Amino acid sequence: MTGSVRDPLLQVRDLTHHYGRHLGCRDVSFDLHPGEILGIVGESGSGKTTLLKCVSGQLQPTDGSVSYRTRDLGPVDVYGMSEARRRLLMRTDWGIVYQNARDGLRMKVSAGANVGERLMAIGDRHYGHIRSEAVDWLERVEMDMGRIDDMPGTFSGGMQQRLQIARNLVTKPRLVFMDEPTSGLDVSVQARLLDLIRGLVGSLGIACIVVTHDLGVVRLLSHRLMVMKGGQVVEHGLTDQVLDDPQHPYTQLLVSSILPV
Amino acid sequence: MYVAVKGGDRAIENSQKLLDEERRGDPRVPELSLDQIREQMSLAVDRVMTEGSLYDPELAALAIKQARGDLVEAIFLLRAYRTTLPRFGVGEPIDTAKMAVRRRISATYKDLPGGQLLGASFDYTHRLLDFALAAGDERPVAEIAPEGVESGMQHVADILDHEGLIEREDPDDENQPVFDLTRESPRYPADRAARLQNLARGDEGWLLALGYSTQRGYGNNHPFAGEIRVGEVAVEFAPEELGFPIEIGEITVTECEMVNQFKGSAQVPPQFTRGYGLTFGHCERKAMGMALVDRALRARDFGEATEAPAQDEEFVMAHSDNVEASGFVQHLKLPHYVDFQAELVTVRALRRKAEAARAIADAAE
Amino acid sequence: MTTVIPHPNASVATSAAPAGLAGYNFAYLDEQTKRMIRRALLKAVAIPGYQVPFGSREMPLPYGWGTGGIQVTAAVIGPDDVLKVIDQGADDTTNAVSIRRFFAKTAGVATTDRTVDATVIQTRHRIPEVPLTENQILVYQVPIPEPLRQLEPREAETRKMHALEEYGVMHVSLYEDIAKFGRITRSYNYPVRVNGRYVMAPSPIPKFDNPKMDRMPALQLFGAGREKRIYAVPPYTDVKSLDFEDHPFEIETWEEDCSLCGAQDSYLDEVIVDDKGTKMYVCSDSDYCRERREAGHQGDGGPK
Repeated sequence: MTGSVRDPLLQVRDLTHHYGRHLGCRDVSFDLHPGEILGIVGESGSGKTTLLKCVSGQLQPTDGSVSYRTRDLGPVDVYGMSEARRRLLMRTDWGIVYQNARDGLRMKVSAGANVGERLMAIGDRHYGHIRSEAVDWLERVEMDMGRIDDMPGTFSGGMQQRLQIARNLVTKPRLVFMDEPTSGLDVSVQARLLDLIRGLVGSLGIACIVVTHDLGVVRLLSHRLMVMKGGQVVEHGLTDQVLDDPQHPYTQLLVSSILPV
Repeated sequence: MYVAVKGGDRAIENSQKLLDEERRGDPRVPELSLDQIREQMSLAVDRVMTEGSLYDPELAALAIKQARGDLVEAIFLLRAYRTTLPRFGVGEPIDTAKMAVRRRISATYKDLPGGQLLGASFDYTHRLLDFALAAGDERPVAEIAPEGVESGMQHVADILDHEGLIEREDPDDENQPVFDLTRESPRYPADRAARLQNLARGDEGWLLALGYSTQRGYGNNHPFAGEIRVGEVAVEFAPEELGFPIEIGEITVTECEMVNQFKGSAQVPPQFTRGYGLTFGHCERKAMGMALVDRALRARDFGEATEAPAQDEEFVMAHSDNVEASGFVQHLKLPHYVDFQAELVTVRALRRKAEAARAIADAAE
Repeated sequence: MTTVIPHPNASVATSAAPAGLAGYNFAYLDEQTKRMIRRALLKAVAIPGYQVPFGSREMPLPYGWGTGGIQVTAAVIGPDDVLKVIDQGADDTTNAVSIRRFFAKTAGVATTDRTVDATVIQTRHRIPEVPLTENQILVYQVPIPEPLRQLEPREAETRKMHALEEYGVMHVSLYEDIAKFGRITRSYNYPVRVNGRYVMAPSPIPKFDNPKMDRMPALQLFGAGREKRIYAVPPYTDVKSLDFEDHPFEIETWEEDCSLCGAQDSYLDEVIVDDKGTKMYVCSDSDYCRERREAGHQGDGGPK
């Protein structure tokens, strides 16, 4: 492996994106270290999803750079590499958990095939092995084994998110992006899912970037926190620090309005 | 004993003789002449020329006669003939502003330079079956207007253009080769030239339905019929040995320019945008459908959402050609018994497996 | 006859075509078009299994009825060639008859039913049972050239998947078969990987024929007219059917033999002989069956 544990896994510098005249996000810079969980909060339209797309190789930013420390070559510019390499990276060393499971799952094939797809994509040609990996990962996300051959559409929202997580983690990625992974779920389902994510990510030492409008999510999951407003980062620090002693007026407003308890 | 089926050769020959006989129908009824078809079924001729992409009323009439009035079959006949023709070169672009107009209407202005010219149209007829027509021997005469129509009428879109209210349409670089749908395989994403060629040959019903779907909310683009004009335009060709264009003939075309509302984007202020339709002969419905679909397919260029079927370039273009569609749908009539046999073997094997599993389950009870 | 208008090519073409249909070039297509197709064929041979876009022409036969195969045959056939055309393995099925007549008429070439005598064989849905040789070309008619099409309808996306060798989704569909049915259920148009690189549709031949494609001495050419694609497998090229290590590719087998010639190794068609659904099995390859009978082999004659 190239680089030590102390070197950042991901380096984002002066990232800016415009949709035509409209600003998506501006001048965002941060480092992410192995195993670290970064939360990005802000209300809708604050630019957090744009930022996530730019950072995760899905949307070429207007300006700035994203560098990822690959296993074989060390730090590489994500938008400088070939599309073939970027797509390979995205389905091996990275994972992306979408807010809407339909964006992240193949809805027309079974749960088992959803989990096995990444293995087959990187050349696994042993059905028995693929099947047992799928079983193993469904267990790890606490899903019912009896449903391994069912279609994702027959699952509840919470189960679909678990399936997305299993599908992403099967190749043991080092970095996972999550876009509002728990929104739209019941509160009790949310709590169990967050618990599961925290456990898995922690035990596997996976670095994460979690975008959410829910301060409860970041308090539970993230080590560090960035607060976004109008496309810019207004506050950035350790999660507890930011939430307990917000400096920026906007963060103060967010904290007071959402975390009354 | 069983003997394998033979005689495909004779069956085909006999089938084709029977086809000829059925086409002719009752021999006591006089045979249709190509002149009759060309003169009295002129809109059918126009459609066959347009989708057959060959301007030749005589051959189109022949195709219609040979196809027994099946227009898609007639289009196929004309296309198969067209593809064998040698190419002498590429004509000059026709100039529809110089059209000898027979009909010209605009829904966006009450009156305009050159005026509204209704021409011959079904539009305001009451659709009552005319039993007098059934009796035959009619010789209708339309009166001649006291004064002639202006020669050369400005396009409605150009009137808007003076004010900068409509997107500019700059001519392509003449030195760049134009994509040729009949000689190259389409590549996606396609450019507008490729799209318009595809739509021009596209099935009228397909374009009508897709255009209609945009009006019903599947990709609405707020169209106004800026202008529809029908008339004759000169065709010019510049032979290499001359070095300048000469007029080689005249064709009838129908042109439709839709004017569509557009709210503007980061780069572009709010303005009107265009959808374009052009056909041989008088094919107004097709030209309008084409213009709606052309605009729908430009959604991507304007940064609009592309969610509706009519905005989906590959979906629209890959399925617009009725010669392709008709062939592939009807190829299901060809024998498929080898593949069907393979499926039979598979289904039987699966059933045996399921039955065996059930037997084991029953035995266990 | 309804043709009243002489073909404008008539004078030019007749002088260029010693045999064939008056008014048309040898084998129907003009020489320019043939050159264009041959260029596509050369490219296809150079990149085995890669689908080469080509300017497919409108043919006087409908799309889906072999226009791609006909154009490929027209581009490679010469006056000395001997042509065989089969559909479903048989020479006498109507579409095979129609295409053979087309070439007999437009190219004036010799035609044959005998596989061993043919230099060019155009086929729909089968590969002859007799092994082909280096002196033969097998031309396949292809309806849907894109093996990924049923999984991904968009051409722009499938081209990218081929370019980046992203074939995981193909195995996902095979995985689903095994998970649901305990076996791979695809029985025809079974996807293959050519020369270790491109995943290719073998056209709707039964999977029974797939192993014949592997390292075949004859040149295999594929034409898809409506979809405007040509692809090829050069002689002696690896063609492997996709599978899993623990669920290897298998072909169909029959408990029955051919009722007419007694063959145990050929692909059999099932024929219903009476209203009660009584069946008999006969070779799908009509020439193979006849050759065997002529050599003295005999089946049980089927149900009496």
